[in-house]
Amino acid sequence: MSVLIFAELAEGIIKKNSHEAIYYGSLVAKQTGSSAVVLAIGEATEAELAKAGSFGVAKVVYVNKTENIMAYAKVLADTVKSTGASVVVSAKSPLADAILARAAGALKGGFVGNITALPETENGFVVTRSIFSGKAFAKTSVTSGVKLLAIKKNVLTVEESSDLASVETLSINTSEEDSSAKVLSVDKASGAVSLPEADIVVSGGRGMKGPEHWQPLLDLAEALGAATACSKPVSDLDWRPHHEHVGQTGVKVAPNLYIAAGISGAIQHLAGVNSSKVIVVINKDPEAPFFKAADYGIVGDVFEVLPKLTEAVKALK
Amino acid sequence: MKILVCISSVPDTTSKISFEEGNTKFAKGGIQYIIGPYDDYALARAVELKEANGGSITVLNVGQADTEAQIRKALAIGADSAVRIDADPTDSYFVASEIASYAKDKAFDLILMGRETTDYNSGVVHGIVGELLGIPSFSPVMELNVEGSKVFIAKEIEGGKEKIETSIPVVLGCQEPIAEWKIPSMRGIMGARTKPIEVVAASAAALTAVISYELPPAKGAVKMIAAEDAGSLIKLLQTEAKVL
Repeated sequence: MSVLIFAELAEGIIKKNSHEAIYYGSLVAKQTGSSAVVLAIGEATEAELAKAGSFGVAKVVYVNKTENIMAYAKVLADTVKSTGASVVVSAKSPLADAILARAAGALKGGFVGNITALPETENGFVVTRSIFSGKAFAKTSVTSGVKLLAIKKNVLTVEESSDLASVETLSINTSEEDSSAKVLSVDKASGAVSLPEADIVVSGGRGMKGPEHWQPLLDLAEALGAATACSKPVSDLDWRPHHEHVGQTGVKVAPNLYIAAGISGAIQHLAGVNSSKVIVVINKDPEAPFFKAADYGIVGDVFEVLPKLTEAVKALK
Repeated sequence: MKILVCISSVPDTTSKISFEEGNTKFAKGGIQYIIGPYDDYALARAVELKEANGGSITVLNVGQADTEAQIRKALAIGADSAVRIDADPTDSYFVASEIASYAKDKAFDLILMGRETTDYNSGVVHGIVGELLGIPSFSPVMELNVEGSKVFIAKEIEGGKEKIETSIPVVLGCQEPIAEWKIPSMRGIMGARTKPIEVVAASAAALTAVISYELPPAKGAVKMIAAEDAGSLIKLLQTEAKVL
């Protein structure tokens, strides 16, 4: 079962979530006695691309091109055909979803997202995925010739080696590029830690009392090297930007540590954070439902607790 | 403007999830079903566009007969006609194929749906529909405006948003804040009662199938730390939880 891994590039490097996808793909290949190839589209140096080898895949096919999703998907589908891959693996992300979706349409492939474990391949092809935003799991069998898998974050511990991959640059016919979409502007927070990829997330709710009171939370996030997030009411009130909204209808995160300050823990919020390894809840209301989902809890005023935590983090370093 | 809005029928987001028949079936007992929250945003924006520019809205659901209440609600909110593809929507490619076969000869300008359903969370149906129809697709879309044949959207990307100009026909997976959810008016509810729902037999085959379900393991008890001693939490996170 030859495997093709779609690796995302951002600012010249292979994204962290893709490290896990590459490693997952290499294990699927090993398990089925086959080989794996990484497909990377975008901008990166050969030295950076060769690092795919350290996650277990010996060959990278590189397409230097940053076109739109339709063009990406075509390159992916064409590469699946030319390499004869029967399994496509990617980290779950908005970009990967969009590309894998179109590739699934082109290849008549079964798609399974939010995968949480390696496939069972002895009798058919069965994967476990998270459903209902992490409230349950479903074992799902894939019967199509080409299978497309999007892996949830933090499901494997990546074992790195010092191996390097060989990089083959593929040139594609630019006349086939899709011109159906024109990007007018990109508005992106720069320098901040990417929320979906972050290992630590510090998140604020209505208990923060207003956008002008966010500094203690930002200070703690900075001390921890964490990404910042917020609850839905906070983004609805425009206290924080929408892309920070974590929950059922927002970003779903799976960090090692999620710290919630002044968030009561509505079931819709929990749906976005229940894959976190450790959850810390700070709330002045001891009855806040979030405490039931937490590993550590502090009942107290967020404006007194947050600075104490920041101080303790700084003392640690 | 001719708009197709695809809606899912899903358990209310506050539902307690459980399974029956040896964990092979979702337990529907006591569950309140709603229009998929993201699909509801798509429908609300479609109604606004129709109010501003004229045109018609067809609502489509791939589902079994028990989704009628959600289809009627979509009609009450502002859809003009409804179609139900009679099948259990368990596989993304299957659902997308059914939508694409229905839409292919009907010249819709916009095909809107939510970014994902809140039950299976796959988030790929819009992309597959776009590919099968050979038209562009974008998701997750937070703003949508139409001027003639030009379509202006803002799409969420990691850490921000991207504004894109494209053209009709296009498939869009929608999310907030594209529009505010709409509550049906009494007149809308009355009108929706008598609108016909066309029922079409499914023809595609599913490429994936759920074999069994399971619930996550129960969470251990929370360890409480006194507010005065908040700093000691950091030590615990480092030495006990080992996440720092």
